[in-house]
Amino acid sequence: MVKRKSLGQAVGRGAVYLFSMVLAAFFVTPLLWFVVAPFNPEATLSVQIPARPSLANFEEVFRNQVAVRGLLINSPIIAGGTMVGTALIAALTAYGISRAQLPGKQVLTSILILFSSVVTGTASMVPIFLLMFSLRLINTHLGVILVMVGGLIPSAVFIMEDFVESIPRSYEEAAMVSGARPLQVFWDVAFPLIRPGVMVVAIWAFVNAWGAFLTPFILLRSPDLLPASVAFYRFYDLESSTAMLTLVSAYALVYTAPVLVLYLLVNARYGFRFYGGIKR
Amino acid sequence: MASLQYTEVSKHFGRVVALDRLNLSIADGAFVALLGPSGCGKTTTLRLLAGLESPTTGEISIGGRDVTALPPRDRDIAMVFQDYALYPHMSVAENIGYPLKVRRTAAATIQKRVQEVADLLQIGHLLARKPGQLSGGQQQRVSVARALVYTPQAFLFDEPLSNLDAKLRLEARSFLRNLQRKLGVTSVYVTHDQAEAMALADLIAVMDRGKLVQLAPPLEVYRRPATTFVAGFIGNPPMNLLPCRVADGMIHVTGGALPLPAVPGATRAATLGFRAERATLNSMNSTNSAESGISAVVYAVQPLGGETLVTLQVGDSLVTVRHFGDDVPDLHENAAATLYIPPAHCYLYDADGALIA
Repeated sequence: MVKRKSLGQAVGRGAVYLFSMVLAAFFVTPLLWFVVAPFNPEATLSVQIPARPSLANFEEVFRNQVAVRGLLINSPIIAGGTMVGTALIAALTAYGISRAQLPGKQVLTSILILFSSVVTGTASMVPIFLLMFSLRLINTHLGVILVMVGGLIPSAVFIMEDFVESIPRSYEEAAMVSGARPLQVFWDVAFPLIRPGVMVVAIWAFVNAWGAFLTPFILLRSPDLLPASVAFYRFYDLESSTAMLTLVSAYALVYTAPVLVLYLLVNARYGFRFYGGIKR
Repeated sequence: MASLQYTEVSKHFGRVVALDRLNLSIADGAFVALLGPSGCGKTTTLRLLAGLESPTTGEISIGGRDVTALPPRDRDIAMVFQDYALYPHMSVAENIGYPLKVRRTAAATIQKRVQEVADLLQIGHLLARKPGQLSGGQQQRVSVARALVYTPQAFLFDEPLSNLDAKLRLEARSFLRNLQRKLGVTSVYVTHDQAEAMALADLIAVMDRGKLVQLAPPLEVYRRPATTFVAGFIGNPPMNLLPCRVADGMIHVTGGALPLPAVPGATRAATLGFRAERATLNSMNSTNSAESGISAVVYAVQPLGGETLVTLQVGDSLVTVRHFGDDVPDLHENAAATLYIPPAHCYLYDADGALIA
């Protein structure tokens, strides 16, 4: 009896393991391809350990001017600009909303969140294009950054607000009584205290802008200005309209690296505390 | 240093009246404790003075200058917070020097002044540390140092000792008292601990439900509480309060009667108040022949070492009698006893709780 029971348990556990492994394989395989394919000069869509691993794919990628410029200049400008803009504006806005005695604050932030899902959505691309056109910001990095920042601000404020709310007001009150002016209170006391929140929002904005495709694709015209996310199109064989997998895979790996590094750095320093989003 | 003045100050939070027409004037150099249970308006009173809240009506002045509309930074006051509010990202020295830094004092002067103040408070060796690396008592001293570093018109203390353990609290209490006497700066001290208020202040302002109930020196508040609320709040144990009837020039309580201490008029219901240490029991060795006694039943005997608290049941109420000395009176639960209260130490309160005599 005891034996049969343990046998049943073993079978059950085995089934669970098997299921987990299938599930894991489903998700891991693309990642495996992502790591292996760049080093294979004859990469296809199947995962295969390259017979003769080489850096030939990377050499080919780095010969492409548009791709290199996108990766090393345009993407950092767009993502960095969006990061700084979003983090600064979100910190000030969240601080203001949190500390001001506004009737209906909660409703205001909720409406902002709803708004953000519309603003960056595909549906708003035509009005945004027209707006940027009349502002003469088409085909400029500034235009892309402004649209990105605008779209990210509401969610960023929402995340930020929780960090600001978690800081006891007595810190700021102590500074006020000590003789500090409102801006001094913010820069000397409040900002250093919410810095972990600012970092979270900054990284989140950076990753969003780094990976953004639609906005720069629509707003930028000159190949010189394209970020890496759009520069991927340089690795399509236009005649057969198929991707050149060798080059796409190599470029993808290089493209992902900065975000990964950034994430690891910030995580080591601050840790990601995403208690934003849910109101306590 | 300056005198402080509240004139008809009220503060409403929505429909809640936190402070109801407060009139209070504090002389230059005085140490006033605002005392009351939580929600009595004492912290609001302090925050109004600091400028962290603005009054709904009324006027506040510091040193004769109307500051009602001024922001905190222009009031020239220093405040010590309950949670100390030490900036966690700054060192102890930076924390203490911050008020000088925002006043654009020269760096050398700041450093010198910070060192002086820190030495005065015996935290000179901690200047390089961060607040997180300090004990509660040390943090408390740093927060006082930050208030001392400039010479403000007044010190405001918002329950600065409530986060310390009992032993440290006693230490900090005597230290604060000594410091304030030495510096002579006008101080307002918020606390819900009556012992702290008694020990520190020159004047105690007892507050209840947004109103100032009594303003007097500590011993007067203790001896002659202005209302039954104050009587029940001050002292440990608090003043004994017995329901009674005033008639025929006598105070009638269940189990006995006492001669009136003064001569208020008509027959009415009232409350009799007396301190535990003023009353005696028949079995205690004192002469009570001149006073008429009240019969009571012993409810509990608590020997505390230097004194013994005897709780008695009189009618439906419990009263406590304090017997000094380490000899425990020979009393047993449920034994009958006679309670004597000298008329000179009896206080009568009317039905609203106000002191009659």
